[in-house]
Amino acid sequence: MRRSALTLTVAATTGLLLAGCGASGTPSASPATSPASVSRSPALSGTVTVFAAASLQQAFTTLGQQFEAAHPGTKVVLNFGPSSALATQVTAGAPADVYASASTRNMDQVVNAAAATSPTDFASNTMEIAVPANNPAGVIGLSDLVKPAVKVALCQAAVPCGATAAKVFTNAKIAVTPVTQEIDVKAVLTKVTLGEVDAGVVYVTDVRAAGGKVKGIQIPANVNASTAYPIATLTKAPNKVTAVAFTEYVLSEDGARVLSADGFAKP
Amino acid sequence: MTSKNRPAAGQVPARRSRQAARAAASRETIPWSLGIPALLAAVFLLAPLAGLLVRAPWLGLPRLLGDSQVLDALRLSLVCASAATAVSLVFGVPLAWVLARWQVRGISVLRALVTLPLVLPPVVGGVALLLAFGRQGILGRLLDEWTGITLPFTTAGVVIAETFVAMPFLIITVEGAFRASDRGFEEAAATLGASRLTIFRTITLPLIGPSLLAGAVLCWARALGEFGATITFAGNFPGRTQTMPLAVYVALESDPEAAVALSLVLLLVSIAVLAGLRDRWLTTGGAR
Repeated sequence: MRRSALTLTVAATTGLLLAGCGASGTPSASPATSPASVSRSPALSGTVTVFAAASLQQAFTTLGQQFEAAHPGTKVVLNFGPSSALATQVTAGAPADVYASASTRNMDQVVNAAAATSPTDFASNTMEIAVPANNPAGVIGLSDLVKPAVKVALCQAAVPCGATAAKVFTNAKIAVTPVTQEIDVKAVLTKVTLGEVDAGVVYVTDVRAAGGKVKGIQIPANVNASTAYPIATLTKAPNKVTAVAFTEYVLSEDGARVLSADGFAKP
Repeated sequence: MTSKNRPAAGQVPARRSRQAARAAASRETIPWSLGIPALLAAVFLLAPLAGLLVRAPWLGLPRLLGDSQVLDALRLSLVCASAATAVSLVFGVPLAWVLARWQVRGISVLRALVTLPLVLPPVVGGVALLLAFGRQGILGRLLDEWTGITLPFTTAGVVIAETFVAMPFLIITVEGAFRASDRGFEEAAATLGASRLTIFRTITLPLIGPSLLAGAVLCWARALGEFGATITFAGNFPGRTQTMPLAVYVALESDPEAAVALSLVLLLVSIAVLAGLRDRWLTTGGAR
């Protein structure tokens, strides 16, 4: 009696699990779609997973929403993080469709691992000094970052924003010793916003995205450095068709408009 | 009247009966319903360790261990974890004693709150530490104004972050032991005229010795592996706040092979410590 009850439970659980696996392919009802609408481009549906650099958070969230609105039945899932960590995840087999990096070096890592082909640059970004809104250390320029009393947060050298900041310091012929090397640019911004450090070197787009929480101090154009943002559809993308469509959307005029509104420069 | 050490005639010697019992136990078969899940659990827990050992760059290990940044990270990890354990013992054991012995309404609320870091995600813990002890924090601001000392981005900050996540482990273990320990000995000592501190020092603490050690080992191990709270509160700077877990994460960005080697080093150090205290670790609260 007991054994048949156990067998029944196991069979029921297995059945439920299989049903759940089968149902995961259909997209869940999103508030933007009307139930009776017919998809305008019949080939586009499903979920497209985008791995994007942390600095693209605001721009790609907007682009994702616009893409979903233009193509009902699709869902854009965004995963933001440091470009280097995302590249490692992609080459280790993470199920992503699109990869957008904040540097060519991390994209090369993915291309060399045969995970992507023919990346295209879609934007570029330059650096800016971010200080807390009340600027407690009175930072007015790059040379203030060298002072021992000024606490500076930088990105790690392996992360694009850290590498680009290092180029800025080389151009300006200064050596800045930070109190912390954060894992991505948003972590640096958080430390500045919280007032734990006196200054951080981030992208111009991050200063704009932070609004009034931080103050931006411009870096002169003759010493500033820029980083190129490439995007590529991954060769093992689970949803190839929609992935290609999203990549093309980012590269389109609509995409360029959103990016430049956030402060990105042309590639 | 037989002496305690010599068995009486007809009684099997103690050592031989223990051996017989062990032999009998090993002949006991494990039922499939328990054996299969147990095997899967063991495979699940051991497979990542095996992966580390198999894929470790053994030939490159000596060169890597000679790197000053690696040695810095290892030294910092060991020093900070030990310091965090020491702080946890000095402050956590009294708190555990209060939680176990103080019969006042609301003590269970206090108990739940001080063990909150156990369920708090470490990064959340780090943010909370910043809001409390950071330069703009509710207490840190006062510290900065009065003494000019700021805790984030210092080695002391690492110890604080690790203590925050690890102390609750010690408190839970030790509080349980305090509650289970026999008050009879303490009462006897009190009737003989011992002061409260003497009773605590000479009777209460030794009685819970094995639990105390187990709690301290747990605390040390947790502190050694801490990442989220450390990187959020203390930041990441080689030689000052970059512990081994942070060094592994950084290495993963640029040199995955180095990350594997560093992981292996931390693994071997952890195994050495746990194995060294293995017997005490397994017998918590019971007589040896």
